[in-house]
This record gives sequence, C-alpha cells and structure tokens, in this order.
Amino acid sequence: MIRAGIVGLGKMGLSHQSMVNAHPGIQLKAVCDTSGYVLDVLSKYTGVTTYTDYKKMLAEVPLDCLFVATPSKYHTEIVELALERGLHVFCEKPFGLDPDTGFRLADIAERKRLVNQVGYHYRFVGAFQEAKRLLDQKLIGDLHHVRIEAYGPVVLRPKGSTWRAQKSEGGGCLFDYACHAIDLTNYLIGPPVAVSGTVLNSVFSSDVDDEIYSTLQFGERFFGQLATNWSDESYRKMSVRLNFWGTGGRINVDRQEIQIYLRNAPQTADGFTKGWNVRYTTELTRPVWFYVRGEEYSAQIDHFVQCIETGATPLSTFRSASDTVLIAAMLRQDAQMPRTAIARGAAGVVAGRGAAAPARPKSFVRSLLDRF
Amino acid sequence: MDRVLFGDNQFFGVNHMSEEKARAQAMRFQEGGAIIQVLEDAYAEGVKAFMCTTHERMTEICDFFRANRDKYPDYVFYPCMPYAHKYANAAAELGMLGAVRSFLPEDNKLGALLRGGMSLARQDVEGLARLLIDAEMKMFAGLNTPVIFLQNVATDFLLGLGFDEAFKIFAGWVRERYHAEPAFITMNAPLLQRRLQSAGIENPIICANINKIGFRMCGGMQAYEELIAAGRCRLVAMSVFASGALPPREALEYVCKFPQIESIVFGASSRRNIAQTKQLIDELTHR
Repeated sequence: MIRAGIVGLGKMGLSHQSMVNAHPGIQLKAVCDTSGYVLDVLSKYTGVTTYTDYKKMLAEVPLDCLFVATPSKYHTEIVELALERGLHVFCEKPFGLDPDTGFRLADIAERKRLVNQVGYHYRFVGAFQEAKRLLDQKLIGDLHHVRIEAYGPVVLRPKGSTWRAQKSEGGGCLFDYACHAIDLTNYLIGPPVAVSGTVLNSVFSSDVDDEIYSTLQFGERFFGQLATNWSDESYRKMSVRLNFWGTGGRINVDRQEIQIYLRNAPQTADGFTKGWNVRYTTELTRPVWFYVRGEEYSAQIDHFVQCIETGATPLSTFRSASDTVLIAAMLRQDAQMPRTAIARGAAGVVAGRGAAAPARPKSFVRSLLDRF
Repeated sequence: MDRVLFGDNQFFGVNHMSEEKARAQAMRFQEGGAIIQVLEDAYAEGVKAFMCTTHERMTEICDFFRANRDKYPDYVFYPCMPYAHKYANAAAELGMLGAVRSFLPEDNKLGALLRGGMSLARQDVEGLARLLIDAEMKMFAGLNTPVIFLQNVATDFLLGLGFDEAFKIFAGWVRERYHAEPAFITMNAPLLQRRLQSAGIENPIICANINKIGFRMCGGMQAYEELIAAGRCRLVAMSVFASGALPPREALEYVCKFPQIESIVFGASSRRNIAQTKQLIDELTHR
C-alpha cells in the first residue's frame, strides 16, 4: 500500500483527494491546506488527518508520495522538500514558473530515482493518445502546419479575487491555461524550436494576460499557430483542439473525437480509408477504476501509482513539464520584444501588378533560433 | 418512477461525441421556446417525466409548466443538482468558500448569517447543505418533483472522499422538505450502492450508465450486471446508446433484457427520434 499526502485543497487538490482516497493501491494518510474550514469539515466527516503546515506534515507523517496542488508559485519549495525526503511526487501543472528551477528539480528526482509526474491530464485523453500514435507512424506524412487552440470560460469579468488573477501568484492565461495546449503539443510532436510574433493580451484582467497568440516553429518547413483565450464564455468548459496538416492528409483532434483525412488509403491494418475517418471517445477511452470528472484525471493518478510500483517513467514528468514552462517563458519573453510589423502605408511597400514580392531573408530561421 | 424519462443534455450543449454537434445544439436551443417545443413533443409521445439539471435556463421552462398546469397536469420534473459548472466556474473566480457563499439565498436569515461566515465557522455542514439544496429547488416551486437527484460529479466526488454523511444529509432533507425520493447519479454504481447501504440508505434510486459496450461503467460490466441482478437498488439506466456508439435497437435490447431496471432516461431533439425510442422501449419492455 502506497502512503500518500496532499498539499493544497483547492479545486484540483480536492478532486485528487477524492480519486486518491478511492484508489485501492493508495492509503491517504494526511492532507494539508491553509483553509481551516475545509480541513475541519474533512477531518470531521472523512476522518483524514489534517495539517496547516506542510513541513510539519512531512516531518510527522511517514509517506511514500506527495500530491502538490497549491497555487503555482509554491510548487518549487514544496516539491524540493518532498524530494529531499525521498518521496515520489505528483505536482499540478504548470510545474513552477521558471524552467531552470524545473529542470533542477527534474535532475534531483531523476538522480534519486523518484517517480515525478505533473498533472498535464490531456496526455491521458484517449483521443489525444490516438493522435500521438498516428502522428508517430506518420499517417499523414510530413507535417507542415499545426493549429493549436484552447478556449474556455475562466475570467469573464474584470473583478477576480483568486490567485489566478494575480501575476505574483503565477496567475494568467499563459501559465495557468495555455500551458495545457503547449504541453499537449510537446507531447504530440515535440516542442517548437522557436516562437515569434507572440501577443499576450488582457481582455478583462488588470494584472494578467487573458489571451495568447503566437507563431511557433517546429522545423525548417513546419510552422504552427497557437491561440488560447480563457475569457470565452461560449464554451461550457475548457476546450483544446489541434489541427495538423501533413503532406498525406490532415488530423483534427479534441477530447471527444479524432477526425482523420487521408489523401491515400494507408497500408496499415487500422481500417482507415482514403478520405475522412472519424474515431470517437467512446471507442478510444480505456475504462478507469473510479470516475469523478473525466477518465483522464483518474488515469493519470493510476499511472502515477503504477510508475511507483514498477519504476517506469511517467508519461508527464518534471522534465517534460519544464519543457512546457520553458516554451511559456519563451512566449512571454517574445511578447515583450519590440514588434517588427509592417504598418499600413509604410514606405517601400508596393502593391499591385508587377510589384516584386519581398524576398524572405535567407537567415530567417537562423535569426529566430538565435533569439533564444 | 415512469419507465421512460426525458434527459436534458441536448438542450445545454452537452454532447460526449462531438463539440461541433454540441455547439449546433446550443444554437438550436438558445431560446426557451425551442426546448419547450421538444418537451411538448415528448409529452405527446407519452414521455411525461423530465430529468433536468438545475441549470439557470430551466427557470423559464418551469415558468411555462407552472402557467400551463391544466394542459400538462401529470407532468413531473426530476431535478438533478447541482449544475456543477456553475460552482466550478464560481470557484475559479471567487475561491471555494466564495463560491458557496455566492449561491446562498440572501432573503433567508441563516443564509445571511452563512454569507457573513457565521455558520461556516461553526461547521454547520447540514445547515449549509440544506440552504444550497433549497436554492437549487427554488425554480421548481409549485411543480411536481417526486424524485430529486444528486448529480454524478457531486455524488462521485463525495463517494471518493468517503463523505458518506453527505448522502444522508441530502436524502434526509429531500424527504423531509420536498417529500421526494432521494436519488443519486453516478459513474461508479456498484461501489455507490455498497456505500449507501452501509450508510443506512436502503433501496436507493441510482442512475448510472448502463450500455452494451460498458462505456463509463466503472467497476466493470460484470459488477454492474451483478448489481442489477441483486435488486438492492432502483435503477435508472442512462447513456444506453453510449453517446450514439450503438444502434438504437441493439442498445435498447441490452438494457430491456434486465427487468430489474426500472427506468430509462434518454435525450433527443426531434419528435421522430423521441417517438422511435419510446416505441422501441415499449415494445422491448412488454416482450
């Protein structure tokens, strides 16, 4: 039986508690939060041991693993202490706010051979896993474009009192929301080598960004566009969608379904035909032992347990999460750079017949790469 | 309970198969009138029980049936609470306690005290739960609500925590205040049944996915079939078509072969589909 503790009982922490507690391979030993009310209720009605100081909890309760679901800015110190004590760690995303610290923690965890996982749950969605399988086998040929979109209703009015609306606490759409889309992209096709033209814009928030748009480069002839906006009320909940264009066809994928367009009938035994092929979540989702809010949330916890038991490397590690935070940091830095834009009416822009198209500078790719 | 219950996912942009379809439905049912039209069609086909989320948009549907009681005298609502996204979105914006406070009634003495943080500090979970239930039930005043459901996200969250007392609080208040049967929606029916039984809630109404391909039947199909056979709860089968993955006849043949399943809930947008499903269930039930 794996002995577990949880630090941070917000929306994610409580949802983890429910699933961890229901897992037959885990024994939940203690939880920690700063809200006395939540702790009192949990202690009274579920009998769990509670703490308001995680250091005290780690010192007093013998544990094998720790789940960290505090606001992002506290991730580092808590994870570091847990690793020091030799605990396997499951940390919520984005995994800190600074890639260097993230990579340092990854080094420590790997050196100590501790299972380290980050809660990028989209990696556990059946449809995205199927997309990964198909992209890995180059079903749609060489990729030349990807459109990555994430929309949802998180910040819908100027006033927001939680940490998500505060830059100093690690709030903002980039680190708290866009990271899901970035991480999923990294998982599916690897991280971009460069980013450019990034816009971090505020819609309602006064202190943080609410939308991010950027051009990502994955290869010499492979570009992508990222669009995320957490102030979109037309979505019932967060929606992440990726569209891939390749020389052999196209893949559109979201949580519910994967649509595949193939220019030619493939040689594989998957039963795909030329033209459109659609696979739904009902056939792509593997059953879980306990369901609260989506199979992927349960599956990632079960995966963590299995990695502890077998010593396998998780699908989402401190290292892969730090790669994601690194891309987020690149986006933030790019957004602060002076814009190179062609203004309407700018001198030297010749429109109309006979005008030569401006040549793309030879060093375009190089100059992008050099910026980082 | 009625044999056939009408569900509401299609009205509120919920579709487990496709976001595009969900959006198209959200557009079609933007006006309450479009929802009412479908409910009237369902009624005409003999589907007279509406199992509906306590979504704020239900208010105008309730108003309609209150105003037309003589036309639909035997119409019943089975409210399903809470509408989770309302709480989840509020929690993201206001924090946990802020969200709870924001849904408490203002025109109630205890509510006012709770809003001020009074009995939150006293850990009066039961008082708080009652107020939240009352807030969700407000829109159904004067309508017939013989069964009241706890939504699966709440049921399963509490089930995982081991917060079994909450089920007793819910069941107790639903019986006492609304003279209704407490009911529970879940994705983990075999586990829930065992826990409700040990909490002293005998023969509860449980609504769960029951379909031929085992979609979202946590604990496995065998455990579900044993649960059905044991007859220790009153079952409502939902997601019988597994979000459209199964053809209607094949799907309903599976569910109807269990006489212990009391009701079947399904959602549809066209009168033709409603009629077809209702007739199929009738035919397979009386076989």
